[in-house]
Amino acid sequence: MSEAAETNYLTAGSSLRSWLLTRDHKRIAILYAISITAFFLVGGVAAVLMRLELATPGGDLVASATYNRLFTLHGVIMVWFFLIPSIPSVLGNFLVPLMIGARDLAFPRLNLASWYVFMAGGVLALGAIFAGGVDTGWTFYTPYSSTYSNGYVVAMVAGVFIAGFSSIFTGINFMVTIHAMRVKGMGWFQMPLFLWSMYSTSLIMVLATPVLAITLALLAIERVGGIGIFDPAIGGDPLLFQHLFWFYSHPAVYIMILPGMGVVSELIACFSRNRIFGYKFVALSSVAIAALGFLVWGHHMFVSSQSVVASLVFSLLSFLVAVPSAVKVLNWTATLYRGRIVFSAPMLYAIGFIGLFTLGGLTGLILAAVAVDVHVHDTYFVVAHFHYIMVGGMLMAYLGGLHFWWPKITGKQYSRRWGRVSAVLVFLGFNLTFMPQFVLGYLGMPRRYHIYAEQFQLLNLCSSAGAVILGLGYLLPLCYLLHSLFCGKPAGSNPWSATGLEWQTASPPPEHNFNGRPSSPGEPYRYDRMGKEGGSAEA
Amino acid sequence: MKAAGVKEAELQAQFDDAGQQERASALGMWIFLATEVLFFGVLFVGYTVYRLAYPEAFVWGSGHLDLRLGTLNTAVLLGSSYLVALGALTASGKGTSRRARLFFGAAALLGCLFLAVKGMEWYHVWEEGLFPGRGSSSNSFQEGAEGGRLFFGFYYVMTGLHALHVLIGVCVLAVMAGVGGPLGWRRRIGNRTAWELAGLYWHFVDIVWLFLFPLLYLIERSGG
Repeated sequence: MSEAAETNYLTAGSSLRSWLLTRDHKRIAILYAISITAFFLVGGVAAVLMRLELATPGGDLVASATYNRLFTLHGVIMVWFFLIPSIPSVLGNFLVPLMIGARDLAFPRLNLASWYVFMAGGVLALGAIFAGGVDTGWTFYTPYSSTYSNGYVVAMVAGVFIAGFSSIFTGINFMVTIHAMRVKGMGWFQMPLFLWSMYSTSLIMVLATPVLAITLALLAIERVGGIGIFDPAIGGDPLLFQHLFWFYSHPAVYIMILPGMGVVSELIACFSRNRIFGYKFVALSSVAIAALGFLVWGHHMFVSSQSVVASLVFSLLSFLVAVPSAVKVLNWTATLYRGRIVFSAPMLYAIGFIGLFTLGGLTGLILAAVAVDVHVHDTYFVVAHFHYIMVGGMLMAYLGGLHFWWPKITGKQYSRRWGRVSAVLVFLGFNLTFMPQFVLGYLGMPRRYHIYAEQFQLLNLCSSAGAVILGLGYLLPLCYLLHSLFCGKPAGSNPWSATGLEWQTASPPPEHNFNGRPSSPGEPYRYDRMGKEGGSAEA
Repeated sequence: MKAAGVKEAELQAQFDDAGQQERASALGMWIFLATEVLFFGVLFVGYTVYRLAYPEAFVWGSGHLDLRLGTLNTAVLLGSSYLVALGALTASGKGTSRRARLFFGAAALLGCLFLAVKGMEWYHVWEEGLFPGRGSSSNSFQEGAEGGRLFFGFYYVMTGLHALHVLIGVCVLAVMAGVGGPLGWRRRIGNRTAWELAGLYWHFVDIVWLFLFPLLYLIERSGG
């Protein structure tokens, strides 16, 4: 093809300045991708150290004070500096304008600003870590964080506060872009499902993040200025902090899973060569999850002094979230039915996602039951549950999406065999790491301790061994994807024979995305009409 | 009238036409204001929780605020909002004009006046020993009911966050009024939408104060 001769967004300028001052959404996506990969490695190192420590029942590797700092570091970095920006800021940034046939996001300068704000927050958080760390856990519960903890709480909280604004900027940008800039002929129900999930995610980012920001600001004011809002010594209520924190942080769980669901919808349809089953239900269930997500924060507080009535209401509402989640899982499964399934690397990740997310979701129901939660609260059962959602769900989806759109982003084809190997490794390693933690938690091993009773050692050893495999599974893509940048074969504009406007343009796309106007998209996911000849996605 | 809208030269590359650009900018501003509502929302929720828990303390604390200065400031902000509305209306007809700039400039001055009065009030309360933070003696809080310190915590945090917004608003209005002219800022922000959006933001700041004023100053004042 002659595409290679034309300039694309990667070759449009090669100076450092052309990258650091770019307003091109595709380049900003790359900036984000590099930054969050770095943060992921930092958070990953902390995880490795923790699993190493937990290989034996005694405290052989680190002291308990260090361990407290390790799990706080791991939580803060992974949640705010990896998971929350992962799919929205990398894949979303790259794909939202392409998928709706626009030249860029509505506010390109705001988009670039969001990256700088994110990095400023990240540098501050890393600074707090290297200066000595924070031992409050990623939840910063008062009054420990405001009064007693002797770490660099204020710097850490300021980092999260600042990074929050990058979420808000991204959310505003996506919402406006999806509302105002769709190509002619693309109605709401002709949009790819990825965009529905991005829209729902943005809704949460815009409405929940300010609550976290001001809550953390109050915490910092209390710690620095002594103006106590949560201070029990002057009549304040530390539980109010928990309410406000979870009012953000529970919806934030959906910031971390909805984008993954959007990616999986694209992958499942493409690689089963089938129309997505129940498009409208899948689309609207994203919105339903976003809306219900705001009403369930109290299920994190069943064992606090929250009233029993409140707990029962929160429990009921939490069960309700299972309905739209199940709608998605069942519709994906129905899409597979009678499809011509191709087990390529992205598809393996997507299928792994469905399995792990289902397990994570079902154990969530166990935790949403008030009586059972009292038993397993603050045990490894909870740890395993949310890792199944966030790592088994979101991270699998992110990697699946990265493998799916990598040819579009870079114009290069990676080794498909290694892609499949890493997908399988990640799946196996993940289950070996976290399945034993369900059992450990149910048997009563509490989270956040580096010393444990001897009878738990075998399961902990399994978990640590799994972590090694998992780590290997994550390092592999780093190698062969980077390798493909230099030695990969040209990918062509549509290597998976996929529908969607992003595949109508060259790989990598030109600076303003499309040469001329993209043709009107019509109905999404017309895989069943593509026929045998044009419609095969080879593995 | 479309004539005063975005001129061809001001159309950014990502938009198809002026109408799309205006719609996008306005929607972006409204969504931003929604996030602002939630910003303040946290403080209003906290205020409500503690006022229900310590009703006497809130009456006691409210009694220590200067009602005259508070009322003056309310009038100042309402006046400024009126001027901003006039300015935005003027600009929507004819685009950037001297008149519109004068309206916004005057509103920015009123914003400064508001901040000055607010600063005086903070100082008075601090002089009375009612600053709730570090460095204040807790003796002044002894005479009030339990929770008095919390009331003044909310007083300083809420009015402080609001004052920060006023300060940002004053800067926005000043730039629109032409203060940034020598730096070449005015050319970029000269279109109708920019006037409208700056106005929206200022009205939001004004509305927040309309909630803060009764909640902080007017608790059981009728008895004198």
